[in-house]
Amino acid sequence: MTTRQSAPLIDRVVPARAPWSAVVARGNVLTLTDLGGNQAVDCLLYDAHDPAVRYSAPDTLQAAGTLFLTTGHTLLSTEHTPLMTVVADDCGRHDTVGGACSRESNTLRYGHHTWPQHACVENFLAEGARWGLGKRDLVSNLNWYMNVPVEADGTLGIVDGRSAPGLRVSLRAETDVLVLVSNCPQINNPCNGFDPTPVRMTVTEGAAR
Amino acid sequence: MARTPVLPNFCRMTETTAAASGTATTGAAREHARAQAGAVVDCMPMLPPPDGALWAETVPGGGYAHLLLPAGAELELVDRDGDACAHLLLYLTGRTWERLNPADTAKVQWNAYLGAGSVLLSDQGRVLATVLADGSGRHDLLTGTSARARNEARYGDGSAHGPSPAGRELFTLAAAKHGLGPRDLAPSVSLFQGVRAAADGSLRFTGSAGPGSRVLLRAELPLTVLVANTAHPLDPRPEYRCTPLLLRSRPGRPTGADDPLATATPERLRAYLNTLAFARSLDSGLREER
Repeated sequence: MTTRQSAPLIDRVVPARAPWSAVVARGNVLTLTDLGGNQAVDCLLYDAHDPAVRYSAPDTLQAAGTLFLTTGHTLLSTEHTPLMTVVADDCGRHDTVGGACSRESNTLRYGHHTWPQHACVENFLAEGARWGLGKRDLVSNLNWYMNVPVEADGTLGIVDGRSAPGLRVSLRAETDVLVLVSNCPQINNPCNGFDPTPVRMTVTEGAAR
Repeated sequence: MARTPVLPNFCRMTETTAAASGTATTGAAREHARAQAGAVVDCMPMLPPPDGALWAETVPGGGYAHLLLPAGAELELVDRDGDACAHLLLYLTGRTWERLNPADTAKVQWNAYLGAGSVLLSDQGRVLATVLADGSGRHDLLTGTSARARNEARYGDGSAHGPSPAGRELFTLAAAKHGLGPRDLAPSVSLFQGVRAAADGSLRFTGSAGPGSRVLLRAELPLTVLVANTAHPLDPRPEYRCTPLLLRSRPGRPTGADDPLATATPERLRAYLNTLAFARSLDSGLREER
């Protein structure tokens, strides 16, 4: 049995700008598909049995030794334990430095006229509330498909994406993981090609380990 | 029977005070306890704080601290011996769900590195602190602090009071003293031990700028500050190494919207405008409560 041939346990198209969440059982594989191309997918992970143990961007970077995440990198928790592993990646580079867009940070980045716009933190708060999670539970997140280079002097920014329609990234759960996603609604920078599009979420039974 | 406590080197008293009368009775025990007063050790708080300071403390390598800063207060941090690493978490006092956000701090300022003039942003689009002066240039917004499991793997121990404490274990204790728990321990920043990223994304530890390096922060809102002084997680040396950190806070005034620090970039100006508007509402709320 291979990961991508098994019958999916979950197969769901997340509309543009919408949140999504699910528990992925240990050993199972979550595959994201960028349907329209250059669509940032903001993502947080929690230990499904103890949400105080959650994704840690710093611990993940310590272990990866690089800012750009791809196949083979393990997504670590605040206790430095594995939550998920990237087992396949068509895109080749994902971000965990840029965080999530918010109404509040949009006012700094683009101006106060953006205040009414939708943002990833709104999605995280709304979807997280369904699981009893709140503001204190939001931490630095993953951004699948988002391209954030850093120059020699430290200049950093979200630039045109490297993804394309149909590109997939697959994550194997190393423990039972609650996955919280915001299909990014940002329209003020190129992270979604200025046109947010749907993404597909597929959970399959993993191969026996 | 009186027992001499076994203390790590950093807090061993300069002179011992074994009471001749013993500690068999409450009176003798009280004498014994009181005879210890006045001892001076390398790492301790200074009370009363000298020279108008709000707080002055030397934090041992492997130690933690926590303090409150009123709006406008300045916090000076000094890497006394060249191997301190000040991991910091900042919260808005009384509204601790608003806290330091390293991702927004980097993204909004279009820069991965901290330096003089940088702002440390909250998740609510406000300035928690301004870096007024930076004599080090070796800081890290990206790789956070150490977890117990990592220090156990690297040094054999990561417990808070062991020989090589993990930053998260120290933060857990500091946070608890302000009613905060593990859910409140979001990614931290660290001062005095640098990390740089190459174009291919690879991370390189650049270490310390040397003894005496100083950083001066200004609190722009009332802050609760947690400090863990412990080795940087990417420090490649096989032996755990961390030296004392000097902390000193003093009263001051918040940055104004016409300050060159605020007008330096459009993003920072909007951050200070958000902060100043919020501070006015916060102040009137406090006055009404009185």
